[in-house]
Amino acid sequence: MKNRWIALYVENRVGVLAKVSGLFSGKSYNLQSLTVGTTEHEDVSRMTISVQADDVTFEQIKKQLNSMVEVIKVMDLTDVPIHSKEILYAKIHGIDAAGKEEAFRIAQVFKIRVIDIGEDSVLLESALTERRNNELIALLKKTYRHIEVVRGGAVAIESISTSCR
Amino acid sequence: MDITGRKLIVKALYEEGVDTIFAYPGGMVTDIIDEFYKQEDKFRLVLPRHEQALIHEAEGYARQSGKVGVALVTSGPGATNTITGIADAHYDSIPLVVITGQVAQPLIGNDAFQEVDIVGMTRSIVKWGITVRDRKDLGRILKMAFYIAQSGKPGPVLIDIPKDIQQKSGPDEYPDHVDIRGYKPNTSVHIGQLKRAYKTLKNARKPLILAGGGIHISGAERLLTDFARKMQVPVVTTVMGKGSIPEDDPLYVGNSGMHGRYAANMAEMECDVLFSVGTRFNDRITGDLNEFAPKAKIVHVDIDTASISRNVVVDVPVVSDASLALSHLVEWAEPMDTKEWRLEIAGWQAEHPLQLKVSKGLNPQTIMKDIADVFGEATYVTDVGQHQMWATQFLPLRGSSKMITSGGLGTMGFGYPAAIGAKEADHDRLVVCLTGDGGFQMNMAELATSICADIPVTICLFNNHYLGMVRQQQQYFYGKRYELTYLGKRPSGAEHPDRIESADKLYVPDFLKFVEAYGVKGIRVNEENGIIPALREAKDAQLNGESILMEFEIAAEDVVLPMVKGGMANSDMILK
Repeated sequence: MKNRWIALYVENRVGVLAKVSGLFSGKSYNLQSLTVGTTEHEDVSRMTISVQADDVTFEQIKKQLNSMVEVIKVMDLTDVPIHSKEILYAKIHGIDAAGKEEAFRIAQVFKIRVIDIGEDSVLLESALTERRNNELIALLKKTYRHIEVVRGGAVAIESISTSCR
Repeated sequence: MDITGRKLIVKALYEEGVDTIFAYPGGMVTDIIDEFYKQEDKFRLVLPRHEQALIHEAEGYARQSGKVGVALVTSGPGATNTITGIADAHYDSIPLVVITGQVAQPLIGNDAFQEVDIVGMTRSIVKWGITVRDRKDLGRILKMAFYIAQSGKPGPVLIDIPKDIQQKSGPDEYPDHVDIRGYKPNTSVHIGQLKRAYKTLKNARKPLILAGGGIHISGAERLLTDFARKMQVPVVTTVMGKGSIPEDDPLYVGNSGMHGRYAANMAEMECDVLFSVGTRFNDRITGDLNEFAPKAKIVHVDIDTASISRNVVVDVPVVSDASLALSHLVEWAEPMDTKEWRLEIAGWQAEHPLQLKVSKGLNPQTIMKDIADVFGEATYVTDVGQHQMWATQFLPLRGSSKMITSGGLGTMGFGYPAAIGAKEADHDRLVVCLTGDGGFQMNMAELATSICADIPVTICLFNNHYLGMVRQQQQYFYGKRYELTYLGKRPSGAEHPDRIESADKLYVPDFLKFVEAYGVKGIRVNEENGIIPALREAKDAQLNGESILMEFEIAAEDVVLPMVKGGMANSDMILK
């Protein structure tokens, strides 16, 4: 089982997201994340899909997506250089001055920003890769008792030159 | 010029060449139905007695005519009743356009009276489904529906039309063709890849062709037969592929799979190249995937890329329509020396010939043969269960005969309405419905449809008082505990259903009396010499526009053999 990436151009219409996501639930494919937004053409949306699958299943997923009338194009980004980021907010609750100081240090090391602060809380904003965000959350969980996380799922685009992911 | 949505719908159906519409009225389609009234000579309207039957009738019509079956139902329950049939059409690649009425758009989402999200409910069983949200899109959407339903791998399309769209005025334009950026069905074949497939077959010592339902959908029966004969390659079929090659052809081995012929399954086990066309390798065909055609290189020709290397990983995939691929293959074909291989297959045929032994009552094998002898070139429509498997085993398809059956979904209740639909597609054709006492009871109210719309069909009902296919499973795999499979009333005191009942008096309904209520003659046949006279009478009746039901009394103990237990290898056949 390997983590795979697909970029999907679809019709920007009611029900298309349900159709695509329904494929993953209906056929028991292991969907990791799915993000969607409109493109430079307002009648076309682009999805970034991350899925865990073996080779045969992944081929099948691509074929199934391709056969949908609403799907315009399927691009496999698994083994091509891409840029990929995920937006994440993490609120740390109930901390003292030392806790806050630690939060600033973490932000500095992870190259993310502290965007809001209160008497006993701070809010971090991160736009890192999904994996790096996982590491951030793991560290925050170890360091603090009460954190609140919201994350948006990864978006990805092919590199122009070459790139690390 | 602007016209109402309802007028445009009728215009679209007319321009698509639709001649028959299976329709059931209701609040959200009354506008369209009123438009039919105003333009009454354009279509033949068939009014079924239940939307579930309606959709099977549209399927039967499509399978017989090769055209798109058109169904019109109202919102809510009208729409939900079609779901089983839509799934059935999806699995068996039957082109349907299902138009459902919907509540007016301002009411959508309010849980309005008879509002359901039918597009959402059917999302995974349609080729395409959409709610029309803007009157100006109506023409294009209807055109897309007919194009998508019948091109590529055919399938059902559902168009949900809110009442306000039906009433609203808008452009009268119905496009000649549509270009859909996300839908480009395959219309060519990669010649290099097809040559590879051909060479693979040519180099085989024990070649075998596996023909699936795609042969019929593509109309490639003649080409497949020519190809097999030129190459001298034996042919096995799936249930849906039965009749791909005339069954009296010496190259035809039989059906393969769960209830396939011994020789056909053995040939699959032993072949070194399996040349498969138009099948998706359903589990009923393959059995245990690890043991499927274990010695063979597998060639797979299919129009649907998603069917290739899904269940069975193949060595040579070819994405193509069956007719297109076979038209090239026939030209390349050169005879192969398969004499020894065919002798080996003949050995298996002799070892375990397909034969049904019964202890008492009529023999279904005899009945099937007699049906084919009397009715000759006809369309045989089956329901689901033991009689269906006996039909695939013992009913020889000769000449232009064809079989219509629910193969993928296995929908009980399919047979009788589908037979009505097939007859409606071609009133000059003899149509015989083969059914069981279980399946017939699911949709027997369609007798009214048949009578009122003058669509005569001959019904051959195999009555063993049981849901026989499940009873058979209980006999072999569940310690003969016949729970919930006896369709009569158990005699008092018989609390444990562990023996086969024979208390005929406790069986309901009396099918003869039942059909009599509809003005249809029923004939009960319980002696062998009564079979042919009854069939002859029924055939004459159908030629005179009348239906007859024949009830063949068969023993509950009869079983369909060979049988492969679900998930086991096809070589692991239960033979007695």
